Amino acid sequence: MLNQAIATLHRRDGGRILAGLIRRLGSFDVAEEALQDAYAAALECWPRDGVPDSPAAWITTVAQRRGLDVLRRNQRLLTDSETILAALAAPVDDEPIIDAAGLADDQLRLIFTCCHPALAQSAQVALALRTLCQLSTAEIARAFVEPEATTAQKLVRAKRKIAQAGISYAVPAAGELKERLAAVLAVIYFVFNEGYSATDHDQLVRPDLCAEAIRLARLLVSLMPEQPEAKGLLALVLFHDARRSARSDVDGVLIPLEAQDRSLWNHQTIAEATALLDSAMLKMQSGPYQLQAAIAALHANAANAGATDWLQISALYGALLRHVSTPVVELNAAVALAMATTIENGLAWIERIVATGVIDSYYLLYAAKADLLRRAQRWPEANDAYDQALERVKNRAEREYLLRRQREVARWIR
Amino acid sequence: MQYMLLIYGDEKAWNDMSEDEIKATMQAYGEYSKELAASGAMRGGSELAPVSTATTVRVRNGKALTTDGPFAETKEQLGGYYLIEVANLDEAIKWAAKIPSAAFGSIEIRPQIET
Repeated sequence: MLNQAIATLHRRDGGRILAGLIRRLGSFDVAEEALQDAYAAALECWPRDGVPDSPAAWITTVAQRRGLDVLRRNQRLLTDSETILAALAAPVDDEPIIDAAGLADDQLRLIFTCCHPALAQSAQVALALRTLCQLSTAEIARAFVEPEATTAQKLVRAKRKIAQAGISYAVPAAGELKERLAAVLAVIYFVFNEGYSATDHDQLVRPDLCAEAIRLARLLVSLMPEQPEAKGLLALVLFHDARRSARSDVDGVLIPLEAQDRSLWNHQTIAEATALLDSAMLKMQSGPYQLQAAIAALHANAANAGATDWLQISALYGALLRHVSTPVVELNAAVALAMATTIENGLAWIERIVATGVIDSYYLLYAAKADLLRRAQRWPEANDAYDQALERVKNRAEREYLLRRQREVARWIR
Repeated sequence: MQYMLLIYGDEKAWNDMSEDEIKATMQAYGEYSKELAASGAMRGGSELAPVSTATTVRVRNGKALTTDGPFAETKEQLGGYYLIEVANLDEAIKWAAKIPSAAFGSIEIRPQIET
């Protein structure tokens, strides 16, 4: 029971406690170890002395003392670190935290440190899940289908680089905030997408990662409510998440947006996302996440597939391309153009993307081409394009969907 | 913390520059060095002669082997460096981004191990 209570406490408050400890102790490793020690101490003391009024404050105080003990022991080795010297000089505060503003600052610092562009993105993701979401190394390894030792090494290396390269534990200055915030948003969106369309996986969705990403996005919005792109990202992931249960059938086969049963969409989530997006757009600072959320909003709020406002979606993709002109965005823009004007316009654009060869391994390039050719009833060409898509698809749910479509097309050829 | 800012660039591109371009770049370097020194962060720095002047030495079994040329043939060559002392990586990145060569070559930032 107590174990369970501590696990819940860790899940709910661990990130906040850890953020403060890292700042005061100046080291990820010492802070993490001290926190574990404090949980162990709680298991020992609470049954005897009773659970304290504020368990989180108790844990923080104990962890901080343990951490400072460790630092004192290692002091000889660490005399060059100003943060640590300052921490050692400061009197041990028996009632730390509880200062909401200070807490928020520490959490923001931790977010920006974990998502520092001097770390590889895969390391940023692992570090964020480990320290901000409190996932275990084993859980992160499972989520990314890699050996636990690989994840562990990634974390060790990232923490070592933070210490040795002098990556600061700070919220970036106003001048760099936009760029650094973009890195944070990218990490959160990456985590969500890994959960939402798991490559190399039998399941289409790994809801754990989606939930973690939403949790991170909510945290960021609560910490930086004045940033419209943070709200835009939260709205975007909520729009996607609202459609989760309608995205695959009982056999786990992908159902495309236009064929989804819209009554299965979570309309409460859609309403929340729509409100978030509205409030973000009041700031009049357009950005890629708000634009993508606006596109998702048009899909989510259309009564049926036929009522989709493709003209507006096509225009929004045009705006999005000015922010992120990647071939993948271009592909989506091409599909929107096809739906808004003529299929031939969209196909011509897709052919131009194919000709560049830049995203040749991306199965959706050929899946989109096949889909437009199917709509144009150009059956043999559509059949060939499905073959090309099938050569590249990895996820089982998506493969089943493509095979099903190809069988429909093949019927017209015979 | 002290950081080495290693300036890498394509020497060929440098050689292909017009005299005016070279002059402008040298002037930009002069201004950068002055700004760095004025900030108090400068600990050293120099332009290096081209890799065609490089000599590599290895001692194996007590014998020094001397060869002509750089340690590794790469597309971009080490052309100079600055040694700076700043509070953290973010500040080092800021100074690295201001080096004139950052606009066409690359700057590698390496923290010094503090002993």
